[in-house]
Amino acid sequence: MSDDQMVTIEVDGRELKAKAGTLLIEVTDAAGISVPRFCYHKKLSVAANCRMCLVEIAKVPKPMPACATPVNQGMQVFTRSPAALAAQKGTMEFLLINHPLDCPICDQGGECELQDIALGYGNDASRFVEGKRVVPKRDIGPLIATDFTRCIHCTRCVRFGAEIAGIRELGATGRGEHVEIGTYIEKSVDSEMSGNIIDICPVGSLTSKPFLYSARAWELVQRKSIAPHDSVGSNINLHVRRNQVMRVHPRDNEEVNECWISDRDRFSYEGLSSVDRLTHPLIRKGDKWIEADWQDALDAAAQGLKKARGTSGNRLGALVSPGSTLEELYLAQKLMRGLGSENIDFRIRQGDFRGEEPAFPWLGQTIAQLDELNAALLVGSNIRKEQPILAHRLRKAALEGADISFITPLELDTNYRATQVVNSPAGMISDLAAVARALGGSGGLIDGAEIGDAHRAIAEQLKSAAKATVLLGNLAVAHPDYSLIQGLASVIAGKSGAVLGYLPEAANSVGARLSGAMPGTGGSNAQEMLSNPHKGYLLMGVEPGLDFWNPAKSMETLGQAEFVVALSAFRSESLEQVADVILPIASFAETSGTYVNAQGEWQSFSGAVAPAGESRPAWKVLRVLGNLLDVAGFNQVSSEDVLAEVRQLAGDMKPENSAVNGIENEALLAGTGLTRIGDVPIYAADPLVRRAAALQKTRDAIKASARLNPNQAKIAGLADGDQAVVKQDKSSAVLQVVIDPAVPDGCVRVPAGLAGTETLGGQIGNVTLEKA
Amino acid sequence: MANEVCFRNMDQDRPWLLEQYRSRGGYEVLTGILKEKRSPESIINEVKASGLRGRGGAGFPTGLKWSFISRNTPGQKYVVCNSDEGEPGTFKDRDVLRYNPHQLIEGMVIAGYAIGATCGYNYIRGEFWEPYERFEAALEEARAAGFLGKDLFGSGFDFELHSHLGAGAYICGEETALLESIEGKKGQPRYKPPFPAHFGLYGKPTIINNTESLASIPVILEKGGEWFKALGVENSGGSKLFSISGNIKNPGVFEIPLGTPFSELLEMAGGMKDGSRIKAVIPGGSSAPVIPGEQMMELTMDYDAIAKAGSMLGSGAVIVLDESNCMVKVLERMSYFYYEESCGQCTPCREGTGWLYRVINRIETGRGRPEDLALLDDMTTKIAGRTICALGDAAAMPVQGMLRHFREEFEYHIAHKRCLVG
Amino acid sequence: MGFKNVPMSTAKPSENKESLFDSKLRAEIDKWIAKYPQEWRQSAVMAALMLVQEGNGGYLTTELMDKVAAYLDMAPIAVYEVASFYSMFELKPVGKHKVCVCTNVSCMINGSDRIVEYLEKKLDVKLGQTSKDGKYSLKEVECLGACGGAPMFQIGNKYYENLTPELIDSILDGLE
Repeated sequence: MSDDQMVTIEVDGRELKAKAGTLLIEVTDAAGISVPRFCYHKKLSVAANCRMCLVEIAKVPKPMPACATPVNQGMQVFTRSPAALAAQKGTMEFLLINHPLDCPICDQGGECELQDIALGYGNDASRFVEGKRVVPKRDIGPLIATDFTRCIHCTRCVRFGAEIAGIRELGATGRGEHVEIGTYIEKSVDSEMSGNIIDICPVGSLTSKPFLYSARAWELVQRKSIAPHDSVGSNINLHVRRNQVMRVHPRDNEEVNECWISDRDRFSYEGLSSVDRLTHPLIRKGDKWIEADWQDALDAAAQGLKKARGTSGNRLGALVSPGSTLEELYLAQKLMRGLGSENIDFRIRQGDFRGEEPAFPWLGQTIAQLDELNAALLVGSNIRKEQPILAHRLRKAALEGADISFITPLELDTNYRATQVVNSPAGMISDLAAVARALGGSGGLIDGAEIGDAHRAIAEQLKSAAKATVLLGNLAVAHPDYSLIQGLASVIAGKSGAVLGYLPEAANSVGARLSGAMPGTGGSNAQEMLSNPHKGYLLMGVEPGLDFWNPAKSMETLGQAEFVVALSAFRSESLEQVADVILPIASFAETSGTYVNAQGEWQSFSGAVAPAGESRPAWKVLRVLGNLLDVAGFNQVSSEDVLAEVRQLAGDMKPENSAVNGIENEALLAGTGLTRIGDVPIYAADPLVRRAAALQKTRDAIKASARLNPNQAKIAGLADGDQAVVKQDKSSAVLQVVIDPAVPDGCVRVPAGLAGTETLGGQIGNVTLEKA
Repeated sequence: MANEVCFRNMDQDRPWLLEQYRSRGGYEVLTGILKEKRSPESIINEVKASGLRGRGGAGFPTGLKWSFISRNTPGQKYVVCNSDEGEPGTFKDRDVLRYNPHQLIEGMVIAGYAIGATCGYNYIRGEFWEPYERFEAALEEARAAGFLGKDLFGSGFDFELHSHLGAGAYICGEETALLESIEGKKGQPRYKPPFPAHFGLYGKPTIINNTESLASIPVILEKGGEWFKALGVENSGGSKLFSISGNIKNPGVFEIPLGTPFSELLEMAGGMKDGSRIKAVIPGGSSAPVIPGEQMMELTMDYDAIAKAGSMLGSGAVIVLDESNCMVKVLERMSYFYYEESCGQCTPCREGTGWLYRVINRIETGRGRPEDLALLDDMTTKIAGRTICALGDAAAMPVQGMLRHFREEFEYHIAHKRCLVG
Repeated sequence: MGFKNVPMSTAKPSENKESLFDSKLRAEIDKWIAKYPQEWRQSAVMAALMLVQEGNGGYLTTELMDKVAAYLDMAPIAVYEVASFYSMFELKPVGKHKVCVCTNVSCMINGSDRIVEYLEKKLDVKLGQTSKDGKYSLKEVECLGACGGAPMFQIGNKYYENLTPELIDSILDGLE
């Protein structure tokens, strides 16, 4: 029987066509015929254990589970015949005998699959007079609340862990009636995708801990949005009550996030109502911050910028977050250019600007195409923590047999078997050169590269794979020799026939280029703006101590400016150190806007709630500033008007990764001494997530620290728990020592973006370490 | 006509030794096959002709099962022996392992040859330490003598055989649960299809047969399928091992031709103990519905006769109950067993077995309600046929059998809060 | 079909397997591992747990299960699942001798109730408990497949059949 042979079946008298072998439930789902189910989930393996989807099939003596029965020609199915209903109702009675009657206090109430189906298939009164089962509550971490007494043993969560999250954390221990879902020992569930088990749990056994007892499902209004933390642009729904985002759920989009979202996208909404939220404009008066009304604040901002500009726009610079919307970025650059400045940049974590930039760097392929790769080389990317959904895609490819390898400065905890070449940041360059050489590349560093077995294997895998890619991640971008990495990766991709792709760091890293938020001819890039003081600065969506590649230098440089105006949703210590006026802006949930994701897809969204306090959407703030500064072309009345202008500017600009060339550049990072590896941990990526309370309690939310492998710690005379002084350039920080075998020799991992690291230099660079 | 197949060596001293086995022509069938390069099809056809039906309980024709394996599929295939004997009342495979391990080994190698498998596992229940040691010793002997290993007797055919020890779970006697268990997981049955013949151990084509079935193979091939078939009766070819226990004088395992009258079997086992009177018989392991004693005395021990009486021959485990037994207590114990042994996967079995037990326990302890029997009747129809594996049916059938034949004992218990018997 | 039948092994094989168990135990576990395909080390989990349990006075601890998980490159939860599923694994301390009494039908009708009663009195423990001196645990088990010798029990690896109070006395007296 060929796989694509079509068959005709009959369901409840309706004729349906389907591919032979398709599962019956998929056919009925597609036809809109509802068959009740609990254990079946379209993305998980078939368990067929809940027995709720039993249907009658002609000539089959027993009721059959629709979720596990492949269709064949002429099959006659009855989903609501007396026999089918008897089977379904029978199962329902068994499911309910041990299920508690606590719906009134259960968070799942109102959106519970068991509740819904029981309404149709359950009895009013129970025949069960024995005692009901009680299972003690278990603490599985800050994100997920458990109540396993409600569990109906569908095992979706267990299968999710094994098959999707790729780490088996939850299991079903015991036997028979005594089976319990859980971690067995008191242990948190640490997957970066863990929150999805809340969605797939059909009952109130696994619910959201931050949301616990805070609202009923029927009080919530659902608003579409786009997730703001990585370049996937996961489609989400914001659930709103009385002008507050109460929780976030995924919205299905097979081409982007399927039906999943990362925990970062799910739980970051807590930051929206953080105590740091800026609700009034602030104007600095000496050492004090005074709450001001918008008129005064905007006047102060306009006057400050005008004064700093003086006679030359070139005295102004703008540093904008790549997490801003397309509209915001567009108006920011338009404002700067209107003031005569070409100094604007969003590449605030880039470590090297010597390379010729590709026109419009992107993933190089669609997100869904990652599923089908046969080989991939990831350079400087902890993709699982940078872009969890893309990592999931890559894992799917790996499970199908793709060879995934990493050239990485930190040994990664991957959830599939992968090759890792772990080397110091300087060593990474040699590794790349060696792979390039193994592929027959030449020039620059490549010629002298020493090829090892691992390099040869990676080269061979990329070359022999039908679909291969080379992807550059966050630590590649932050590398002081990023231009070299780009050049070498380009040679590797070219010689192996692999697609060169970028893993853009933020929600709008791709869109920022389209909007023009880049220095024009003669303009300064982020590095230049943050090392050569300008008279005036415009900052948008950033915390200078945490979001810039070199916070110490940035703070020093900004400190020397005459005037700094910041658009920010949050109060922030480092921002308040350098700014003169802070204008409160709306978060992603409170404004309309557009993000362009890694695959170059424009995704617009509307505000779901009103901006906090007196804050305003940044595009409106920029528009008024444009008016106050007499810049032409600031008459837009809606964000759609702004978007239309961006569309015009972008024209038919297509994503484009070519035009890189850096292999002749001199390697700036010496491989000697101790090198800092300053990755940005998953929950430190941007101002919003840094304020999401529950995420900050997870295991991934690490504190500022100096992490060394045991060997390196011994050399430095340091032990786990010691306090150490980390010196970088002219500045230093005192940090706790953590022994971490994932860090290579010659390196210390001092993560960036964390409180306590604001006084340090570039994310990757030479440091010294001594006991405090 | 007893002891023709699996027990044909029972007259020997230390029959488990290779030397003893060979003294009666042991392994000659295998070497003959290898030397002649006999076609696998002809072996399978011979097994089909024998009418051998799975001796573990389900009674599925063994030859047919083997023919489902597509021999030409490349890659590994497996032969798995189910020695996870656990159906209450069954204790025959233990004796095959203890007294005739070489015949089982020979049967498994032949099975491997027939389906093109080069590796086999014998899943022995964890409590069977003595049988396991016997089997291990026999494996050693067989390996040393060249009956296992690479290129057996220059035939180019390799076969390696290992034992795998269980660790206490009745459900692992279900073939796919057993495969899961070998794979290092909980023994939870798989949904079928796909059947093991296509997707078995480690996802490879696999045949899985009961110990007694596989141990019967060398004799079937030695004497011919027709010979074996003729031992028994229509639809029930061959002889079979019956484990008989209960209130009888000489309980034990007896190999008798299928179709032998139950009364003869009872006689072989010495008749009822202490002159007691037979009340009822569970003819095929505790899952088989009970049959009243007088009816049983008229039946023959074969698949059709027992089925016609509303029960099943199952694994051939015959539990004989005398009149001193309270059927409520007997059923309570059996229901407790299924409640204990349900793997917990399927809703009707996980929830239903516990509910069944609790209701019967209430009746037994004088807390029964008049509506309980109707509840039990109804509940069993909602468990049977509604689960992935047959444990749901196995839990329901004894309840249905007892309520069919001994309902008045249950009614008495409910009404009088005490036992009708004693 | 969506059947996922890949080994649930961890992404990264654990290092320093030598440090997990002593060489004798490792050799015994390795014998089992060798029986299965290379990528299916986890097939040896039941055998490994049994060996480890034996070496630990008859029961398993979380630490020991974690070691088995590491040795076989399994997720710890996958080992807990197995250990909690099969009835021969003990997750709490047991006595030196675990007396496993079958009380299933054939044994029951041959007087297993009286055997249990006798043992409870003699050892001064209830079913499911361990004697105060830690010498005996009394456990009710399901059919052990020795119904021909009912009533029966198992101690250690050994079956004792056709039990009577006198026989029980002599069996228990013979144990150290």
